[in-house]
Amino acid sequence: MELLSEDQQLVADSAAGFLRDSQPITAFRALRKAGDDANSAITANLAELGWMGVVLPEAIGGVGLGYRAAGLIAEELGRNLTVSPFVSSAIIAGTALASIGGGGAAFWAGQIASGQAIVALALEERAKHRPDCIATSIQATSEGLRLSGRKGFVVDGGLADCLLVVAKRDDAPCLLMVDPKAAGVTVTSQVMLDHRNAATVLLENVAVAETDLLTHGPEAKRVLAKTLAAGRAVVAAEQLGVAKAAADQTFEYLRTRKQFGVLIGQFQALQHRAADLHCELAQTSSLIAAALNALDEDSPEVETLSRAAKAKMAQVGRQANEEAVQMHGGIGMTDEMDLGLFMKRDRALTEYLGDAGHHTEWLLRQRGI
Amino acid sequence: MDLETFRSDARAWLEANCPAEMRTPMGEDDICWGGRNFVFRSPAQKQWLHVMAEKGWTVPSWPKAYGGGGLSGDEQKILGQEMQRISARPPLQSFGIWMLGPALLHFGTEDQKRHYLPQIARGEIRWCQGYSEPGAGSDLAGLQTKGVDTGDHFEVTGQKIWTSYADQADWIFCLVRTEPDEKKHTGISFLLFDMESEGVSTKPIKLISGASPFCETFFEAVKVPKDQIVGERGQGWTIAKYLLTHEREMIGASDSALFAKSDLAQDAVTALGLDETGRLDDALLRAELGQFLVDELCFDAHLDMTGAYMRAGHELGARSAELKYLGTELNKRRQSLRVAAGGSDNLVWEGTANDTGQVAKDWLRSKANTIEGGTSEVMLSILSKAVLKMPG
Ligand SMILES: Cc1cc2nc3c(=O)[nH]c(=O)nc-3n(C[C@H](O)[C@H](O)[C@H](O)COP(=O)(O)OP(=O)(O)OC[C@H]3O[C@@H](n4cnc5c(N)ncnc54)[C@H](O)[C@@H]3O)c2cc1C
Repeated sequence: MELLSEDQQLVADSAAGFLRDSQPITAFRALRKAGDDANSAITANLAELGWMGVVLPEAIGGVGLGYRAAGLIAEELGRNLTVSPFVSSAIIAGTALASIGGGGAAFWAGQIASGQAIVALALEERAKHRPDCIATSIQATSEGLRLSGRKGFVVDGGLADCLLVVAKRDDAPCLLMVDPKAAGVTVTSQVMLDHRNAATVLLENVAVAETDLLTHGPEAKRVLAKTLAAGRAVVAAEQLGVAKAAADQTFEYLRTRKQFGVLIGQFQALQHRAADLHCELAQTSSLIAAALNALDEDSPEVETLSRAAKAKMAQVGRQANEEAVQMHGGIGMTDEMDLGLFMKRDRALTEYLGDAGHHTEWLLRQRGI
Repeated sequence: MDLETFRSDARAWLEANCPAEMRTPMGEDDICWGGRNFVFRSPAQKQWLHVMAEKGWTVPSWPKAYGGGGLSGDEQKILGQEMQRISARPPLQSFGIWMLGPALLHFGTEDQKRHYLPQIARGEIRWCQGYSEPGAGSDLAGLQTKGVDTGDHFEVTGQKIWTSYADQADWIFCLVRTEPDEKKHTGISFLLFDMESEGVSTKPIKLISGASPFCETFFEAVKVPKDQIVGERGQGWTIAKYLLTHEREMIGASDSALFAKSDLAQDAVTALGLDETGRLDDALLRAELGQFLVDELCFDAHLDMTGAYMRAGHELGARSAELKYLGTELNKRRQSLRVAAGGSDNLVWEGTANDTGQVAKDWLRSKANTIEGGTSEVMLSILSKAVLKMPG
């Protein structure tokens, strides 16, 4: 029901068409079977379509279509369970690098847009999203600057050509580029429940040049806030796509499966739950769109809306996926159906950049309670 | 006219014409309903209605020929923003504006539009809605009030119930079975008549909130002239449903308009205080407030998007049930949390302060939101059939 601009409608249509034809869920299943969590070929394809630079300005190689457009792409990636570094690299790392601007940052942003490099954000240090709890730090030693710490849940960290690390220097936050192959860096790839890559990264006295340090202090704080807000809104959009796919498949099942001599969609107990889910998805879709629009307009509402969107999507994503399995009965539990794949992806996306509890707590604090 | 010019003109006009007393927060008693018997609470309220009606801005979206402002979608939005900017009260609220008007614009004859719509726009005639009957609530099409064709008029006999403000309204739009031999849905007609007609009587019903906003309404051989039918004979159900989509949009969207939208978080802190970690001193209430805040932001965004969609010229149709369901369920939560946030202070029913008991009364009143205009269960059934295409 949301109104789109002509450009945005074009992006939405081409995303739906391209992914349905070239990256359907059967492609995801093939990757899983082959033990491939990289899907390397896709990065070049997405770059060719302009998607890897969708939020990046033209001056550094992007197409500058903005976050609403990015959300429309992410939603289709979610629907098709497409494995790609779109969110981790093009949106999250891309937003950080573009808002830092200047030499090194602009170079890497250009590499992302052209599909030449994948950049992953190394932020988390705890099992839950706690962007303020950073122990990784840069120390000045007699041999120069040294970086030490341990990062977890580095999404696409095992595939990345470069790591964008959040650390402390003199007790203030900073962002720096780290080569995963440098001495002292140990990247341990993990395959997560949704068959996506996430690494743990051990940093032991890694040598850091001043030029690797992209931003520091209040400026780094600003960059990180913008990056996380963009990440939240686009992750929520991908999760919405997953939830809609699960819901659509379920509504179709209610219209075709018979028990007691009637279609199960005739049972009012199921009709009402399905309709409630429809309403929740509709309003969540509006909230995510509002958060994405706020990013495009650089509105002061970005922080609140992106957090609310991430929190709400966690709740509705769970509702959609649990209802999907339950309303399918036994067959919903089989790996042959896609429902389990949706459920696992949904669970991972809920945790990515903070769950409902984390963001609701922020809103409560914000309101002074 | 370009939109920026429209905005500055509207701003200047409102500044010059909106009385200061009409720029303060309003309670339920401050609503201007209009009608023959309406007693204005102040000269300012009367003046405000008068100037806004002259301008066509009591119904900004209606065509000028029928007393409206003839504004485009974008202009309506700007006018709304400019009124909000100075906290201007709505000059007039009525069932005529929300419900009958849209139905007449769609189904009325040219004569009917020219006759009835300007009276609504100027607040001269107050309408009530005669749909529900003792035996026909959710199953509205089962209604039994009959209208017998006696040649030059219909003779209406029967009983309605839950008729909001029937004792204060001037006219009623009423569903009546005029074709007893037709099927349930095709035997109904949509009639308009004066509540002062011979044979009409009303009896107020008291609500759990203490107020008596609705009535039992009785018709004993009421004569209704034949030109007071909207649409064709037997077409009443179609018109009734169309009108309901507008009623539902209104109820869904009015979660904040009809009730004070107080700052729940602030109220809770004031009443209950913070613990040593700076959190509200009631962990469960705090968690519920958190979830409510998220859902409120979500629904507000949805209303915004839906509003833009409608202003772009789309009709919501069955999806009005979506707004009705979400908005009313949310408002019930808001009102429950409001009572809880005040603790025992909000249980005082009679006292000296002039808003004593208001929070509790609003809380009780809000329970009706998920019943009036079609229950939540009925909304879900409509959505499952019309939108999700679930079988029978
Ligand atoms: C404050 C208020 C103002 C009102 N104002 C007006 C007015 O101005 N004019 C007017 O005409 N009416 C008015 N109404 C009436 C209102 O529209 C009806 O109360 C409503 O449609 C429900 O009908 P009912 O009360 O007969 O309940 P019932 O239909 O008897 O419903 C009882 C319960 O059964 C459930 N139920 C019924 N059918 C089904 C089904 N098929 N599937 C599942 N559950 C079902 C309902 O959801 C409800 O929970 C007003 C009501 C209130 C509370």
